Amino acid sequence: MLKKKMNFKDSINSALAFSLKKDKNMICYGLGINDPKSIFGTTKNLSKKFGQNRVFDVPTSENALTGIAVGAAISGIRTVITHQRLDFSLLSMDQIVNSAAKWRYMFGGKLSVPITIRMILGRGWGQGPTHSQNLAPMFCNIPGLKVFMPTFADDAKRLLIKSIFDPNPVIFLEHRWLHELKDEDFLDKKPDSLSSNIISKGSDLTLISMSYLTLEALKAKKILKKIGINIEVVDLISLKPLNISKILKSIKKTNRVLILDTGFPYGSISSEILSLIYKNLNGKLKTSPISLTMPDIPEPTSFFLTKNLYIDHIKVVKTVLKMFKKSMNLKKLKKPEFHDVPGTWFKGPF
Amino acid sequence: MNSNLNFKLYYKMKLFREVELKIAMEYSSRKMRCPVHLSVGQEAVSAAFSQIVRKNDYAVSSHRPHLHYLGKGGNLKRMISEIYGKKTGCSSGKGGSMHLIDTSVNFMGSSAIVANSIPIGTGLALSLKLKNKINVSYIFFGEGALEQGVFYESVNFAAVKKIPAIFVCENNLYSVYTSLKDRQPEKRKNSKMVEAIGIKSFTCNGNNVFECYKIFNKAKQYVSKEKKPVFLEFFTYRHYEHCGPNKDDNLNYRPKNEINSWLKKDPLKNFTNNFTNAHKQKIKILDKEIQKKIKDAFEYAKKSPKPKLSDLRKDIYA
Repeated sequence: MLKKKMNFKDSINSALAFSLKKDKNMICYGLGINDPKSIFGTTKNLSKKFGQNRVFDVPTSENALTGIAVGAAISGIRTVITHQRLDFSLLSMDQIVNSAAKWRYMFGGKLSVPITIRMILGRGWGQGPTHSQNLAPMFCNIPGLKVFMPTFADDAKRLLIKSIFDPNPVIFLEHRWLHELKDEDFLDKKPDSLSSNIISKGSDLTLISMSYLTLEALKAKKILKKIGINIEVVDLISLKPLNISKILKSIKKTNRVLILDTGFPYGSISSEILSLIYKNLNGKLKTSPISLTMPDIPEPTSFFLTKNLYIDHIKVVKTVLKMFKKSMNLKKLKKPEFHDVPGTWFKGPF
Repeated sequence: MNSNLNFKLYYKMKLFREVELKIAMEYSSRKMRCPVHLSVGQEAVSAAFSQIVRKNDYAVSSHRPHLHYLGKGGNLKRMISEIYGKKTGCSSGKGGSMHLIDTSVNFMGSSAIVANSIPIGTGLALSLKLKNKINVSYIFFGEGALEQGVFYESVNFAAVKKIPAIFVCENNLYSVYTSLKDRQPEKRKNSKMVEAIGIKSFTCNGNNVFECYKIFNKAKQYVSKEKKPVFLEFFTYRHYEHCGPNKDDNLNYRPKNEINSWLKKDPLKNFTNNFTNAHKQKIKILDKEIQKKIKDAFEYAKKSPKPKLSDLRKDIYA
């Protein structure tokens, strides 16, 4: 049974509280962690509960703070860093790539680096060129890092605890559009594993998705079922390591695959999966595997320019229909009133 | 000059000099197949450091880490083995000369990227404070690191959080071949600048080992009494090329009179001149000890086994 009424943001909060309680040395910091908004509510009351020494606000210094986390971690203090947008973490690439990911390997395994870096990804409401990027492939490209990107609140809690107690640096990606969502709105039963979950079974097509797009995938599945197309939805959850065997097993059953990727197309998570599918199942599919990604352009800010930019369930339905050379009346499909918000709860600003 | 301390300072400086010269000498045999950044001429700072630092203090360093590692008490045999790429190397052959570690003495690593280890040393200082330890974290870097943003971020953090960090800048005037005048404003005093960020700063003649000793001692006492970080700037000069086993003064990137004036300030030579004839016997014994130690270390490294090819994939993840 799913825990009732626990939304994604409360799950994050609960995972942090659980971990801070379990490991008395653990610390947690990031700009705004104790401010009135408490990182979209995800760090609410933690400082009150665990003290200013362990949950604290910091200078706006992403690079140093990541190195400081490495220093704390190699001396036995697990550290969680939070970036309100992934895009700010780019200032800390030296410490992520040259320190966090290497401090174990390049010193012959003498130390480990138990840090978790939470990065929140924006979409819509004019987040624009530098507040909306999913740069997961950049992190996945670095040996020594793990990259997680959960969709469901229940997964988020388990996965964040797992990340914190992992002895390695973990990049933990949270989609802003998920924070207020509860699992029972989308799922009938609890997923069974922490990596590449088959969250909804089907026989005709494997629809691989990540994070927020998994919700669009589930909506598309419902629509396509009406014309007899049964979709199996695979929620990646862990981008690195990637549970490719589970993905291939599903594709061997359905013989068709469509991948939904919130990132840019070039050198993407979806192109990595496509290449693994090609290497392993070359020529055995009924249709060419397809991926939907963001276009290879910076995301503009204007409401008017982003109108057709995002992948939504209608785009997914149209793509699947093409793959099956089928048609259906799409005019009846209910489009959200605004393309740039996840629901009426979202009132901006970010 | 006959105090125990003077002999200890001499021993360390001489050992450090001879280790670096031996690396330079053996380098042409092409068995040490990695970049080496030698500290010949800069021995005084690390020798003084070695007499102040305690085992439970932390230290990190940069691309020129040999003497900081040794000053912290790092194992010589394992350092030389590391440069030879052997399994017995302190980093199991994965790091080479620029990536040294000895966790048994809390030397927590060194990094090839300028200023990269500064926040890591800062994190170690934070850790000491959180654990209520009396120890300090020493962070070694060159003056080139003062041109990196992360230096300012780290010093600012240390000042805000009042953590026991000692930032140690060895200013040898050059970043590879590029002189200070192309990199920093001419009359700026780095110590004043850092002090303005909010931490106590001291400057020191980095070629006078006794002065260095006094400053390190002062810094240590300040940190333990005030529970605040310190910045130290030592002025010194390298005798060899930025990277490699040779002298490169034929390239003329450093003015002749500058080189000559600094060679006259050779920290080891000047300190040795202070000893009287009565001490020569003791010095001789120490020199012999040093030569034996170095010979043993190089023999150990040369005889040590190669890492196994299967080690390649080891230790990517814990």
